[in-house]
Amino acid sequence: MKKLLALAVILTLVVALVPATTQAQDKVTLTIESWRNDDIAFWNDVLIPAFNAHYPDIEVIFAPAAPTEYNAALNAKLEGGTAGDLITCRPFDLSLEHFNNGYLVSLNDLPGMEHFGPVARSAWITDDGSDVFCVPMASVIHGFIYNQSIFEELGLEEPATEPEFLELLDAIKADGTYAPLSMGTVDLWEAATMGYQNIGPNYWKGEEGRLGLIDGTIGYDENGFVEAFEALARWTPYLPDGYQAISYPDSQNLFTLGMAAIFPAGSWEIGVFRGQDPDFEMGAFKPPVPEGADTCYISDHVDIAMGVNAASQHQEEAMLFMEWMTTQEFAELYSNALPGFFTLSDHAITLEDPLAQEFLSWRDECESTIRSSYQILSRGEPNNETQLWEVSAQVLNGELTPQEAADIVQSGLEAWYEPQQQ
Amino acid sequence: MTFIERLRPAQRGQLLLAHLALLAYTALALFPVFLVVINSVKGRRAIFQSPYALPNRDTWDLVGYEKVLDNSNFPDYFLNSITVTVGALFFILLAGSMAAWALAEYRFPGNAIMGLYLALGIMIPIRLGTISILRLVVRLGLADTLAALILIYTAAGLPLAIFILTQFMRQVPRDLKDAARVDGASEYRIYLMTLPLIRPALGTVAVFNMIPVWNDLWFPLIIAPSEANKTVTLGAQVFLGQFVNDWNAVLASLTLAMIPVIILYIIFSRQLIRGLTSGAVK
Amino acid sequence: MTSANSARRRKPFPVHILVFLAPAFIIYTLFMIYPLLDSLRLSLYAPDVNRQEVFVGLDNYERLMTNDLWQPRIEGAIKNNLVFFAIHMLVQNPIGLMLAALLSSQFIRGRAIYRTLIFTPTVLSVVLVGFIWRMILSPLWGISTDFLDLFGLAAYDKPWLGLEETALPTLSLISVWQWVGIPMMLFLAALISIPDELIEAARVDGATAWGVFWRIRFRLIMPTVGIVGVLTFVGNFNAFDLIYTTQKATAGPNYSTDILGTFFYRTFFGVQLQPGNPTMGATVAGVMFLIILAGVLLYMFGWQRRMLQVEF
Repeated sequence: MKKLLALAVILTLVVALVPATTQAQDKVTLTIESWRNDDIAFWNDVLIPAFNAHYPDIEVIFAPAAPTEYNAALNAKLEGGTAGDLITCRPFDLSLEHFNNGYLVSLNDLPGMEHFGPVARSAWITDDGSDVFCVPMASVIHGFIYNQSIFEELGLEEPATEPEFLELLDAIKADGTYAPLSMGTVDLWEAATMGYQNIGPNYWKGEEGRLGLIDGTIGYDENGFVEAFEALARWTPYLPDGYQAISYPDSQNLFTLGMAAIFPAGSWEIGVFRGQDPDFEMGAFKPPVPEGADTCYISDHVDIAMGVNAASQHQEEAMLFMEWMTTQEFAELYSNALPGFFTLSDHAITLEDPLAQEFLSWRDECESTIRSSYQILSRGEPNNETQLWEVSAQVLNGELTPQEAADIVQSGLEAWYEPQQQ
Repeated sequence: MTFIERLRPAQRGQLLLAHLALLAYTALALFPVFLVVINSVKGRRAIFQSPYALPNRDTWDLVGYEKVLDNSNFPDYFLNSITVTVGALFFILLAGSMAAWALAEYRFPGNAIMGLYLALGIMIPIRLGTISILRLVVRLGLADTLAALILIYTAAGLPLAIFILTQFMRQVPRDLKDAARVDGASEYRIYLMTLPLIRPALGTVAVFNMIPVWNDLWFPLIIAPSEANKTVTLGAQVFLGQFVNDWNAVLASLTLAMIPVIILYIIFSRQLIRGLTSGAVK
Repeated sequence: MTSANSARRRKPFPVHILVFLAPAFIIYTLFMIYPLLDSLRLSLYAPDVNRQEVFVGLDNYERLMTNDLWQPRIEGAIKNNLVFFAIHMLVQNPIGLMLAALLSSQFIRGRAIYRTLIFTPTVLSVVLVGFIWRMILSPLWGISTDFLDLFGLAAYDKPWLGLEETALPTLSLISVWQWVGIPMMLFLAALISIPDELIEAARVDGATAWGVFWRIRFRLIMPTVGIVGVLTFVGNFNAFDLIYTTQKATAGPNYSTDILGTFFYRTFFGVQLQPGNPTMGATVAGVMFLIILAGVLLYMFGWQRRMLQVEF
């Protein structure tokens, strides 16, 4: 036992010395907190080497968490003072809360910030507009990605309206070989993000409905917002077997393994799917409009930005990285390395990926809006976004009717949001 | 042994049933592990099309392992886990045996109260104090350090360690200690002298604390989550979360995280089981 | 340390005793007792408009128990935790006892091998166990369908982790699968320590093996039954890792697998757009503390006292 104890002491001492020696290096290390774990290879192979071409002495580590765990993990790290130097910013209130708590620094004076217009900045700015605290990186556009060989095999065409869409789903279901829609509900957020918020803007007329919620002139239990739940409920028969236990990654595999025909998507999936199977042939169509509608609306959501941790020991280096993120080079690399993330800067760039180009082209054909719950409405308890996750999943599971779901979300909002209380 | 021959046929039938039950349960315990290991060396399509088949020349594919080794720091995670586990065990055994020695050897005012106070923590999980532990660790400047984890696990392991070690310290023969005292040995020297005599108890305490410390997810996740300080358990959890849609990588990392533990377990299983069955919990 | 100081005034308190006690006392007090007490204190505070934590008495507890947003969550978590515990008591511990009874029989060869292999899942990290079972039960892989198909029951296959009525029992059984080794070992230790003469005497009296087991051996290991029970209780009401790994902090579907540990984590750290709330988190921890304390006291003053009376 004495020998064992001696060994233990030596081991402890030896290992305790290791961190001290690594800190003695000259290189400064910046750690990036992110929820984009799908992008780890792009960062390591493309973006970080490109940055290092300018600043070889700054080492950058991209350290993502799973999307569902990111916010909780980040909050814990910020509270504990253990977060990385660069923080990937969620849009609107969550990042605003971080800024108000002093966790993020103001970027008003950052050179290059002038490349971002008011729309791009809107998600990362204080209510009075006096401080901007994250460099906008990209927006994502919702729509549907489909397996081209399945469409050819079954002789199917892209739908433009909801009745055409349902007809298409019926045809795939009747054939019986493939699941029509590749989606599960166990992770909750897909049901809301890729379901409700994907097709919803067509029903609540984009910005008109979203701003109506904010100023209290319309509720979740009225018109378009209920119709969107009803449209979502019509998906249930077309989901894969056991969809209640299918997670987001499961549904991605289901699609790229060729077992399902259509993936209700965000444009960010393009890069994921190309990575899983580079030869996979995909097409995309925009959210089908309700019968008789003449305008289409898309969710072009300001999704991702980057800020500097106020507690970082390397403010100067972090600012250099921020500045690099405002350049044409970054916009070009990012949009092409991560097809489906569209830059928010005013740099003119060309997209190499045809599918990403397809998504982007919808901006010209349709009216753009962002997700209904992100601005202002998720400030109180119960949280509007969390409630949308819960009820959307339950609508797809058949546990709630569309009207019940709408009523729950509306009463949740009325519980604390004054404009909705009148 | 001629048990079998002495048994009546009915008893032989019972014996057969008993073996069947044990075999069935053993299969249930090992099958999931087996499934993960064989599929970790197969290609993506083979994993889904023939999950039960052993890998063959067509399906053999180490792409999962390549991805794990390229994209994570498993060797560093192992070093962190070893530091934390060995460090915590060392302090639990040292501080625990010292306190147990004092409680067992000396009559002093407050002895019983001190014993009770130190035993309080046996049944109350330390996780309930997490919020305050996090704040305390930040105030002490120990946020995101392995030292914080070592101290937390030491505090969590001490109550049971002191409880068990006190029982064993009491059984050390008086004559031995008195003889040493007559020879003029200091109390510290006598304490050191008794340690080898309670070696089995120290071993029991060590194995009791080893597994939960090695496998804990909660405190690494909350107290020391940075890349440099990740333990294997947290590293595997984060990696699995990152590569969750890549079954090759997930199966490979599960295998990598599992195999060392299973090997260690097989090496130490005799001590572990002796510890568990030596009536340590009485 | 004040009691030690006052003792010194009367008679010099031996320094070496302090030296022996100090390390354990300091680490344990600082990292265990103080945080527990401080958490309980924190549960009596809430942030005001300036984000300062101010004393609010038992308001947080009242909010937790009566508020429309909180009450269903804490009630659900407690109920789910009770189900989780009940399944462990009804499945894990009887199986552990049965395995221990088989392994304590001298007639069975290869006992050590069985024992070692059956205990294997217990040494694995809960994270690994969670992921392994999540994959096995994934409809994408179809292992659970194939397994049921062996018995001609494929039609009964379900998305086990995705349905509100099956997710919690399924997770409980995964946990049982992992932890059954602990009660098995404790029961085995108790069974082995029963003197052979007692059993021989019963056997000479013509009792069957079954009768010997229930009338003699099971009665003699009653104290262990109590210990296994209380360990299961404390472990279950403190559980977190398995559900966090398989169902994430949202403990879906629709909170059907939400137990106190996941509720505590979610309240403290928040989820998605919802920020965390340290003081309400401390309140949830306070409730967990009271529940565990009640269970342990019940064991100490109910079960253990009765056991002592039986022995003497």
